[in-house]
Amino acid sequence: MAVEVLMPALSPTMEEGTLAKWLVKEGDVVKSGQIIAEIETDKATMEFEAVDEGIVGRILVAEGSAGVKVNTPIMVLVEAGESADAAPAPVAAAAPVAAAAPVAVAVAAAPVAVVSKASPDWAAGTPMKQMTVREALREAMAEEMRGNPNVMLMGEEVGEYQGAYKISQGLLDEFGPKRVVDTPITEIGFTGIAVGAAWGGLNPIVEFMTFNFAMQAIDHILNSAAKTNYMSGGQLGCPIVFRGANGAAARVGAQHSQDFAAWYAAIPGLKVVMPYSASDAKGLLKQAIRDPNPVVFLENEILYGQSFEVPDLPDFTIPFGKARVWREGSDVTIVSFGIGMKYALEAADLLAKDGISAEVIDLRTLRPIDYDTVLASVQKTNRCVTVEEGFPVGSIGDHLASTIMQRAFDYLDAPVVTCTGKDVPMPYAANLEKLALVTTADVVAAVKSVCYR
Amino acid sequence: MAVKKAPEKSNVSKEELLTFYREMLLIRRFEEKAGQLYGMGLIGGFCHLYIGQEAVVVGLEACTKDGDKRITSYRDHGHMLACGMEANGVMAELTGREGGYSKGKGGSMHMFSREKHFYGGHGIVGAQVPLGAGLAFADKYKGNDNVTFAYFGDGAANQGQVYETYNMAELWSLPVIFVIENNHYAMGTSQARSTKSETLFGRGLAYGIAGEQVDGMDVLAVKAAGEKAVAHCRAGKGPYILEMMTYRYRGHSMSDPAKYRTRDEVEKIKTEKDAIEHVRDLLLGAGLSSEEDLKSIDKEIKEIVNASAEFAKASPEPALSELWTDIYA
Repeated sequence: MAVEVLMPALSPTMEEGTLAKWLVKEGDVVKSGQIIAEIETDKATMEFEAVDEGIVGRILVAEGSAGVKVNTPIMVLVEAGESADAAPAPVAAAAPVAAAAPVAVAVAAAPVAVVSKASPDWAAGTPMKQMTVREALREAMAEEMRGNPNVMLMGEEVGEYQGAYKISQGLLDEFGPKRVVDTPITEIGFTGIAVGAAWGGLNPIVEFMTFNFAMQAIDHILNSAAKTNYMSGGQLGCPIVFRGANGAAARVGAQHSQDFAAWYAAIPGLKVVMPYSASDAKGLLKQAIRDPNPVVFLENEILYGQSFEVPDLPDFTIPFGKARVWREGSDVTIVSFGIGMKYALEAADLLAKDGISAEVIDLRTLRPIDYDTVLASVQKTNRCVTVEEGFPVGSIGDHLASTIMQRAFDYLDAPVVTCTGKDVPMPYAANLEKLALVTTADVVAAVKSVCYR
Repeated sequence: MAVKKAPEKSNVSKEELLTFYREMLLIRRFEEKAGQLYGMGLIGGFCHLYIGQEAVVVGLEACTKDGDKRITSYRDHGHMLACGMEANGVMAELTGREGGYSKGKGGSMHMFSREKHFYGGHGIVGAQVPLGAGLAFADKYKGNDNVTFAYFGDGAANQGQVYETYNMAELWSLPVIFVIENNHYAMGTSQARSTKSETLFGRGLAYGIAGEQVDGMDVLAVKAAGEKAVAHCRAGKGPYILEMMTYRYRGHSMSDPAKYRTRDEVEKIKTEKDAIEHVRDLLLGAGLSSEEDLKSIDKEIKEIVNASAEFAKASPEPALSELWTDIYA
């Protein structure tokens, strides 16, 4: 009986991939465990093994096809003498590429159109290029490493492996092992070494494979890096960047799914950045590497592969403490950062259809926070909803609600509502995980409640 | 105590012996004065005195050259004086005054001097070990031949990050000397009650790091071992471990009654092994100095220490505006 071989998910966040190469052709006999194809995810090129035995009856997706969705049939295995005719028709190589392109553009086009009106991050008419968050981060590091010989990258798998999430891909080749340092799995040790190296005159970038593992090194981030300038009466600043994936990925359970934004934002002496778009990822990371202070730079695995327009400028930086107004509105202010912006912007689109005009603000940096932009907006809209993935207790939203209450109480027509992740460790089961995360629907409901609609 | 007999014969000069005497005495008198000011309520919080351990830091500082770095734990006053930081600035930091090295914002455990390459003063046990290796990482990266002395105690030697650091220091051949100041008590827990390892330097062998145990009460033995370690590091051969067998006369901190050891044990060390008395005996025994010479040094040291106490009392408290400065560079 013919068996359909489906496009596999080869990473927790993979939704689609490129069928880079077929290693078998129609008519070949395939054994279970045999490598039949090479599939490129957003992180790596993976070998794909056959599970079943049989004869390649038909190849449904030609090699070179990009944007092949997970679970799409890519091949039909038949038994000897069996026909593959009953299987679905083959898909031409070009088709998925063409289908994928408009999707990418759609993601980028909507916000960017608004930004050009509201954001002065770059001059009108600046040439733009399409880039993923991953590429933007890599470009930021590469540019800063070219400009300053004391900038170096350290972490697990940053060099020869080309980065666990491919952020550092190519950097070892360009800068060599002196400046792209693979470490053993030893977070407290290499973080302490990096902080000492910063005191010794270097500008280290420490990559945590994810910020969950930075908990092993939290003492050096807080007690060694953040506090020493103060404790030394200003003698010993620590120019270092701690960066890596933060927050939930997909289906990786409680120990690997936590947003630490509010934790780090609580610490004087740290600067804390949590970008959403690729342009912010690039401009803010370059700024972080130049900053003479310890900067915690919180990335998001799900955003790594998303494309945005980035100004094509030789030296593009974004100052800290300046929020970005993605969308102007008059009925309610939605404040978010990082991946929360995805839900905030989606909610704003849906709300517009219901006649509610939402102003959407991306804080971008959580220490310092651009209170003024938030307060000015709330004074205009008189309502505020915050959106973040982190836990509800002691959240950034709590802090904003308190600030707004203290500084703009008379302007409020409704209590500030905070949308957060649920107050539970992240469950593994798909349905429960979905329930634990903040959603666009949560944001829509919160806005409707503060608008009494 | 597993200390070796001091080498009685050495080619040390009179000048060097006098320098050792002077520097060790400065630390001891300074610490005694700090203890006194603590009792008067002029110094607050934690205050960990270095009395008894003076030979370790004085002997090793004799092996340094300009640009070498040092970093240590919270028992740091001696290290600062030995690397040339001013007694006034250290004492004024202890009293929390604006004339202190950290403008009064660091305190006993958190003092620094970029100028003297003293990188603290760290209050978290063991944290200074990777930090010190990081300083060495920067020197190696820059291609100079400086070394870093990372001091820590027998207590810190049980922290995991020490061994993570050993691993990378050897892997990357970092020019760092790990100085274990083994005073036998991690606060109140004796070494015997915290590990079955017979030696602490021996743990480094598992990572391929050479090391040795040294009589840390004998400044000449310390210097000799230090020179060997420094030569190893400067030659690009990677880290080295010196386990300095030493003893702290006072409690762990000012509030420690030290009930975990007997008075006899302390008295025996003071009588038989005191580092300052040792150098004093060498100077007098060989006829290099007279009692009068040494008395005049004692007087000179007393004056420096008293002046530092006066400075530390007279220096104003930091301006209230200092609360909000230096949070960011």
